[in-house]
Amino acid sequence: MRIPCSFCGPRGNEEFTYLGDATVRRPDPAAPNAMQAFHDYVYLRENPSGLHQELWFHGSGCRSWLIVTRNTRTHEISDVKFALRGGEA
Amino acid sequence: MSSHRLTSGGLINRAQPLSFSFDGQAYSGFAGDTLASALVANGVKLIGRSFKYHRPRGILTSGSEEPNALVELRTGARGEPNTRATTAELYDGLVAASQNRWPSLAFDVGAINDKLARFLPAGFYYKTFMWPAKFWEAVYEPLIRRAAGLGRAAGAEDPDHYEKAFAHCDVLVIGAGPAGLMAALAAGRAGARVILADEDFRVGGRLLSERYEIDGKPAAEWAAQAEAELEALPDVRIMRRTTVTSVFDHRQYAALQRVNDHVALPPEHEPRQRRWKIVAKRAVLAAGAHERMIAFGNNDRPGVMLASAVRTYVNRYAAAPARRIAVFTNNDDGWRTAADAHAAGIEIVAVVDSRAEPPGDFSALGIKTIKGAQVSHVHGPLAVDAIDVVQHGRTTKIECNALAVSGGWNPALHLTCHLGGKPVWTEEIAAFTPGALPPGMHVAGSANGALTLGQCLTGGMAAGAMAAVKCGYPMATIALPRANEEPAEIAPLWHVKESRAKAFVDFQNDVTVSDIALADREGFSAVEHLKRYTTLGMATDQGKIANVSGLAILAELSGRSIPEVGTTSYRPPYVPVSIGAIAGHHRGRDFRPIRLTPSHQWATEQGAAFIESGAWLRAQYYPRAGEKDWLDTVNREVTTTRGSVGVCDVSTFGKIEIEGADAAVFLDRVCANTFSTLAVGKARYALLLREDGFVQDDGTVARLAPERFVMMSTTANAVRTMQHLEFCHQVLWPSLDVQLASVSEQWAQFAIAGPRSRDVLRKLIDEKHDVADKTLPHLGAREVAAGGIGARLYRLSFSGELAYELAVPARYGDALIRAMMAAGEEFGITPYGTEALGVMRVEKGHVSGNEINGQLTARDLGLARLVSAKKDCIGRVMAQRPALLTEERPALAGFRPVDRRARLRAGAHFLPVGAVATIGNDQGYMTSVAFSPMLGHWVGLGVIAYGRQRIGERVRAYDPVRNGDIEVEICNPVFFDAEGARLHA
Repeated sequence: MRIPCSFCGPRGNEEFTYLGDATVRRPDPAAPNAMQAFHDYVYLRENPSGLHQELWFHGSGCRSWLIVTRNTRTHEISDVKFALRGGEA
Repeated sequence: MSSHRLTSGGLINRAQPLSFSFDGQAYSGFAGDTLASALVANGVKLIGRSFKYHRPRGILTSGSEEPNALVELRTGARGEPNTRATTAELYDGLVAASQNRWPSLAFDVGAINDKLARFLPAGFYYKTFMWPAKFWEAVYEPLIRRAAGLGRAAGAEDPDHYEKAFAHCDVLVIGAGPAGLMAALAAGRAGARVILADEDFRVGGRLLSERYEIDGKPAAEWAAQAEAELEALPDVRIMRRTTVTSVFDHRQYAALQRVNDHVALPPEHEPRQRRWKIVAKRAVLAAGAHERMIAFGNNDRPGVMLASAVRTYVNRYAAAPARRIAVFTNNDDGWRTAADAHAAGIEIVAVVDSRAEPPGDFSALGIKTIKGAQVSHVHGPLAVDAIDVVQHGRTTKIECNALAVSGGWNPALHLTCHLGGKPVWTEEIAAFTPGALPPGMHVAGSANGALTLGQCLTGGMAAGAMAAVKCGYPMATIALPRANEEPAEIAPLWHVKESRAKAFVDFQNDVTVSDIALADREGFSAVEHLKRYTTLGMATDQGKIANVSGLAILAELSGRSIPEVGTTSYRPPYVPVSIGAIAGHHRGRDFRPIRLTPSHQWATEQGAAFIESGAWLRAQYYPRAGEKDWLDTVNREVTTTRGSVGVCDVSTFGKIEIEGADAAVFLDRVCANTFSTLAVGKARYALLLREDGFVQDDGTVARLAPERFVMMSTTANAVRTMQHLEFCHQVLWPSLDVQLASVSEQWAQFAIAGPRSRDVLRKLIDEKHDVADKTLPHLGAREVAAGGIGARLYRLSFSGELAYELAVPARYGDALIRAMMAAGEEFGITPYGTEALGVMRVEKGHVSGNEINGQLTARDLGLARLVSAKKDCIGRVMAQRPALLTEERPALAGFRPVDRRARLRAGAHFLPVGAVATIGNDQGYMTSVAFSPMLGHWVGLGVIAYGRQRIGERVRAYDPVRNGDIEVEICNPVFFDAEGARLHA
């Protein structure tokens, strides 16, 4: 695979580390159901067939965490943006 | 002159003879030969024995699809088994040997398998070796392993080098035949950056093997002109001897370049092979096609050869496979073989065409044409003597020395399928053609099912021009070369039903028509089942000749159409790739980079023993004359440090600068304990949890300024911790004003420990910086200067002694260790390595990597007090899960042998005394052990249910792997100086 890093341009996937689903949000630790919410946050993941937003870390490059939209059926990457800017490209 | 070499013609250099040997017999060939063509020219037909039945085998093809002519090339450590003679370029002194025969190729004992064939049908492993189960390991497997398999691995380390390389281009053209050359010319003239790769050592593909004319010139001459033009274009690169083996996602291609397989020894500093990763915006697949066999009795006899291969040997190599040849064909292509061989002065005894009305008739040339007929049998024990021809139900025997067979052509569409594309059946040419293509790929010429020369030239030009346009270049205007359109009609014929003897489909794995019929009868009629039951197409040739024929025969037998049966998956690599080429330089000590500490040179001079610690090579201990073993040395390093002073390179720890207005808030959220309350000039132990509540790592954080911290993490987790902090910042809390920078490599850092450490330090630090206990108490942190160099000084102790860590810019590390040793000389200073470091931390009960093993919580490790309840942090919520708060959780404790002379072993499991060794009785395990020179016996850390509540109790430390089974006493994990008096000295 090659990932078009928002900062460095297209690079081989050996430069990146995969984390997984980029859509999960860390729950509010003060909420009354925090334990259950954290359980879901830590352990539960969708396994979609098709478009998937996922986190990749460009550790051998600019050290950006990227939100990559990848089609899990074709590996086609349709969008890449910085996680830091809250989804801005 | 060799017996079967034609007197003229061919693309060989007769002025450059080469000598070689096969099975110890000396032969000669010419430059431009392959091993196969040189063997053909010398009249050698018998090349090897087959995989299962040990049948005699010869040369079937002239290319990388060869299933039969597999030899051991070269000798000794450079020996390479299963090398296709058809792709091995001849060089002077080449040594090759046949495989899978004993005692000799002509008389092979294993050939008895051929007679026993009815006991060895498809799936016989599954049926025969099922029972009894314990026989499998003891009897069947060794037996099968000895009998099966082809060549033998060299058995010694490969002395040659292999490397990996990367290339980027606009257009990658795969194959340099007529279609590939036209594609490269069209794209190259448009200005595109082109790579033209071909597995042959000479550019031209089939143009080198045929008597075509292009633009009124012999085809090989036209190919040479095209090659010269491409060489002259500035952005075109021709890669010969390079097979594109694989297509990967996002337009990446792997290729294998045989850089020096065609010479006896690779020149110095050159690799034998190079594996390329090519990133190409567009690719043109012009890989050509593979001719098919027809299955009939004894169709595997040496001397039976594909018709196109016969043309190649005759036209390109001026080598006659035999003096009297018969041709068996179901399509027009076979006729060209008859015409070419006849023109070369070879006698064509008959052309047998399965079609009732073939287009040609060579009776004017005196060649017998037998229409509507099939070859049903081949006579001859080791090579073709004669063939049986069946016409209208009558069998005639015809004497000949070779049989050229054409069953039609299969487009070499393999690379179109590597990303999951499925080929489609095209009735017109009775073959599969490419279906949906990988992104960015064009297909041209025979690979696309366009089998004639004219179609190849047109299709190649169109694909090359289109590929360049897609890359943003203008459409090149080039004239289409003139070529005759040759006839290419086919009437499919897969197997001859009148066959009496074994009719082979997969030559390399010895799969016959009757094996396919058996699989179908037994219900393995899905094509993927057929493959696995019969092993059809599972040899190293991946069934390039066999697969389509096999599934066509299955279709016929099961009354289905070929598209209904479908194909198995085509997987990379297209040809076998050596493990050496895949590994490249990454083997032995070069498997991964080795990081050296700033004091490495100095430590080497001291004769230190080194140990790998992650990617680092660290000093393990520093032996001195008179010490009898490593333990002696380590004991001396510990007692000297605790008695006076010792120094240890700790530069390998991760060091991360954390700056910004929100740096303290950030650390509070990342660490279990609190840092916003840490005073400037102070350091604090830091504990990091994973979000699931288990301990991730530990370290130290020092506050150098109100908005500036430095975190020191463990060596092993340095990279992961940096990534984790970046995640916390960029993904979890992007709004925090904080910046991170890894400075692990920038600072050389040394621990100076022991009661005299302050005295040594005073001699190193510039006078204006006071290091008295009052100004720099335990856990103080200061920016200081040493010899005028900016340095950082932390009063930290892993050993439990009065101790400091002094950091200087990495380039001063070597100077600093030498200065420290000189300054400490009067106190008898010792350097200590990772062993003594480990002993002192175990004596003090400090947890380390063995305890932070991903399965233990802060509470398990006795660090619950560090997890602040006043703030949230990563892992705080999940650490409160009820199951993690129970008393029977394993908790950290110390362990000492009841018999103080006994040795402890890390990894031993704890059992109640008198209990049997079962999982149910398991109460925990030993994590770290050390011989304590201070106490004079072994001490250990471990985790055990109920932990320190059990201090004083005795348990079994059971270690069956090393026959260890001793009683130990549970104790406080701090074995030495429990009150910490030495720390604050």
